[in-house]
Amino acid sequence: MVGSILPLCLRDAQVIKRGKLILGPLTFDLKGKGLTTLLGPNGSGKTTFLRAIHGLERLRHGTIEWARPDLEARRLQAFVFQSPIILRRSVIDNIAYPLLIAGIEKRRAQMRAADMAATLGLQDLLGVPAIAISGGEKQKLSLARALISEPQVLFLDEPCANLDGTATKEIETILQAQREKGTRIIMSTHNVAQARRLADDVLFLYEGLLHDQGPAGSFFTTPKTAEALAFISGEILP
Amino acid sequence: MNDIWGGLTQAAKLIATFDPTLIEITLRSFQVTLTATFISVAIGLPLGAWLAISRFRSRRVVIAVLNALMGLPPVVVGLVVYVILSRSGPLGVLGLLFTTSAMVIAQTIIISPIIASVAHQVIRELWAEYHDLLISLNTSRWQRTCTLLWDSKRGLITASLAGFGRAIGEVGAIMIVGGNIDHATRVLTTAISLETGRGNFSLALALGFVLIALAILINLMMHWVSGTERGSRW
Repeated sequence: MVGSILPLCLRDAQVIKRGKLILGPLTFDLKGKGLTTLLGPNGSGKTTFLRAIHGLERLRHGTIEWARPDLEARRLQAFVFQSPIILRRSVIDNIAYPLLIAGIEKRRAQMRAADMAATLGLQDLLGVPAIAISGGEKQKLSLARALISEPQVLFLDEPCANLDGTATKEIETILQAQREKGTRIIMSTHNVAQARRLADDVLFLYEGLLHDQGPAGSFFTTPKTAEALAFISGEILP
Repeated sequence: MNDIWGGLTQAAKLIATFDPTLIEITLRSFQVTLTATFISVAIGLPLGAWLAISRFRSRRVVIAVLNALMGLPPVVVGLVVYVILSRSGPLGVLGLLFTTSAMVIAQTIIISPIIASVAHQVIRELWAEYHDLLISLNTSRWQRTCTLLWDSKRGLITASLAGFGRAIGEVGAIMIVGGNIDHATRVLTTAISLETGRGNFSLALALGFVLIALAILINLMMHWVSGTERGSRW
């Protein structure tokens, strides 16, 4: 039994790119269960925040620490990118890929991939080149590939940004089911309605700083900062 | 025009009658070029992949040199290999000069940079696309290399075919290090050169047509074997 990789502790974490402070300084702990939405307008640092805590961005200052050693913690996370990254392989081979690199035998990996594809409604596309499927199907494929290794923490960077209503609903249903199974989900979005539908708690980022955080109920009814209130109200932040 | 028509009819006659000389030099051309291509693929593809995904101080210099080597003059390569393999040269003791092995060495030197450079371009583009996913999945360097090589196989086949095409049509270097010795080191290109020198244009053209046909055949076979250029397959 592997212990939990949470809590995640950020201490004075800062990301600087081309001499400009993009994110931080951030200091907070991420604990608990459920689904956290990372809210904020475009350019507020949501993607950089997710990439930094997943280890895809280097910190200029500060630390990000998981409860387990870094390598072990990394193996128990998965990331779904805003633009799906699709391997030039069939749908089933895309989904099975994380298992193959973890050393699982190909036949077993493909059986598990087929089960996962069925769970996400991709069972009719197994042998199809993944590049040829629709945008919504590609995002579901990315999700299937992320979930197949049974991560403790799942990061999603605006997973529904390019999807229509039907595809968005399908993805949200999958995420809710995954949350019920105990996966800790951290998802960025600039869609307030989606955050209201899904979030257990909210982190509100603006200009790279954490302006507000707390349970979704209190965040949406009594936001602590003027920026958060303006964002929720649909006003355009400068 | 008469020479071209004569060459075409003579080429057809040589093929139809299974001319033993034609078969011998064709097989030797294949043996030398395919061996050189296999060795160059074994060197060039991993080198291209390594340059695409590694970051080190002199990487740009190495890539610039590799790209420059794509234009290596074959005659110069032939001359250098000749000097190295000649009796008084550093590897003269091996007795490889005027053998097919010397021809393979020269062709390998000529086409390895081509295969490595094209492979580097192909893999670099795929690496830019896959980078975040492969890092996110904690792949090892070996796993990344294998994934990139496998998923860019279409481009790598093109790289290999470019190398093969350059080698099968090469004459300068193999003429110098092989010597164009009958029944020993004569291949299609050196035979064409010889027959042209003798004024036997029809036979030279016939051999030329056979050479072109073989190059096309190999390309078609590679695409057929690898399943590329079929509908939406990779």
